[in-house]
Amino acid sequence: MIFYEYEARKIVELAGIPVTKYGFCQTPEEARKIAEEIGGPTVIKSQVLTGGRMKAGGVKFADTPDEAAAHAEEILKLEINGHMPVGVLVDPKAEVKQEYYASVVWDGTAKKPLMLFSDMGGIDIEQVAEEHPDHVGRGHISNLLPVGDYEAKQVIAATGVTGSQLNRATPILAKLARLFRENDMVLAEINPLAELTDGTFVALDAHMEMEGEAEGRQKKLLRKELGIAEDDTRDSYVPSEFEKNVKEIDAADHRGVIQGKDHGFEGNLGLVIGAGGGSLTLTDAVRSQGGKPANYSEIGGNPSVAKACGLAKEVLKKDGVEKIAVMMSIVSNTRVDIVARGVIKACLELGKDPAETIAIFRIPGAWEDEGNKILDYYGVEYCDRSVSLWDAAGRAVAKIQGAS
Amino acid sequence: MSAETMDGVFIDIELDEPAASDPELAKKLEEVCTVGIFKATENGTEIVPGQLDECVLCYLCSEAAPEGSLRIIKKYEN
Repeated sequence: MIFYEYEARKIVELAGIPVTKYGFCQTPEEARKIAEEIGGPTVIKSQVLTGGRMKAGGVKFADTPDEAAAHAEEILKLEINGHMPVGVLVDPKAEVKQEYYASVVWDGTAKKPLMLFSDMGGIDIEQVAEEHPDHVGRGHISNLLPVGDYEAKQVIAATGVTGSQLNRATPILAKLARLFRENDMVLAEINPLAELTDGTFVALDAHMEMEGEAEGRQKKLLRKELGIAEDDTRDSYVPSEFEKNVKEIDAADHRGVIQGKDHGFEGNLGLVIGAGGGSLTLTDAVRSQGGKPANYSEIGGNPSVAKACGLAKEVLKKDGVEKIAVMMSIVSNTRVDIVARGVIKACLELGKDPAETIAIFRIPGAWEDEGNKILDYYGVEYCDRSVSLWDAAGRAVAKIQGAS
Repeated sequence: MSAETMDGVFIDIELDEPAASDPELAKKLEEVCTVGIFKATENGTEIVPGQLDECVLCYLCSEAAPEGSLRIIKKYEN
């Protein structure tokens, strides 16, 4: 679950981390009132769950309350990347001496939270890590043991920060780490963490993301503290027709599971993929070998023929899709023949030749021999587990590139 | 979603008389089939075309029917 900035600020504030005296509002009049209370230059920020606010004109500076109200009026009407703002955040324009970066992210490889700190804040941490790796401090924290301030101090000190800056930033990073764990976050980021001209530190912007599965046990924070309604799904973008249709097909049949995403995908190779991390691996394998996936998908849990067919049809109906690659890791529960029937049926029902449309079929496992009989009958190229996921993806890419 | 669908692309089922008209067998077939291919009616067994391709080849139906009266045909096998 992704939080709006004003909610992320509140979470930070609840954790005892200093923030500026900001205000969230939904009308220009309220913005004027908050600006009057702040009593100085302000920043008006659009509250949308998407990036690129500054570039799109969703962040403006105001010197007077009247100007703040005028900016709020403009920003409240401004759509950014297909999102209308839920309101604006009115923030004092801070006198910043230096910007820092502090975050805690879930490290899926180490299976532990990872603290990150940089003395180069205000810009993407990925860019800092690439161009100035010595300016990024890192350190894992335990999933169970209490987080000590000394752990945060070590991470900050690794960037060369010393003296009062080190002493002031240490409790902030430690508190961020504690809030990350206590609130089941997968991302807790303060960027920039500002050192003001008077030497104090405040969080000027924050990004928070909570593990979706944890929402049930974080009701106090979500409903009471933040006032988020139970039916607020927080999609970070408007789902496409493809995504909605796949979801509908999945919900209509309890057998197996399918998922489909095409946000950010514009390729010509449709993917019907899955099994034990197979989807991510295969998407990467296609991309790394020059292929252009048209979508991401997950299929598994022994779906029905209708469900496999439904997913494949939705993929094939996407604009620009020339072929599909049907690939999974090794399956034990999902049946190869059932998936084969589903994807071939999808081709036939759309008037396409399965042999021409399915670039590769690589699903080794349960009922593989039966599946191969079906694939043989329709002339679909398939391979067994002796062909790696990487090579199968490579074959699909080569085939579609040969065809284009 | 497309309304265009095809039934029985991969699987066909043949049920001979008089078994097909037996209401008791019809009930039994409806019960054993996990994917709803058989529907019991007053006149016996009705095969649901839209479910044929969901057949999981468990052969419980052919075991329930009198020997040789029910055949599962895999259309992809010559």
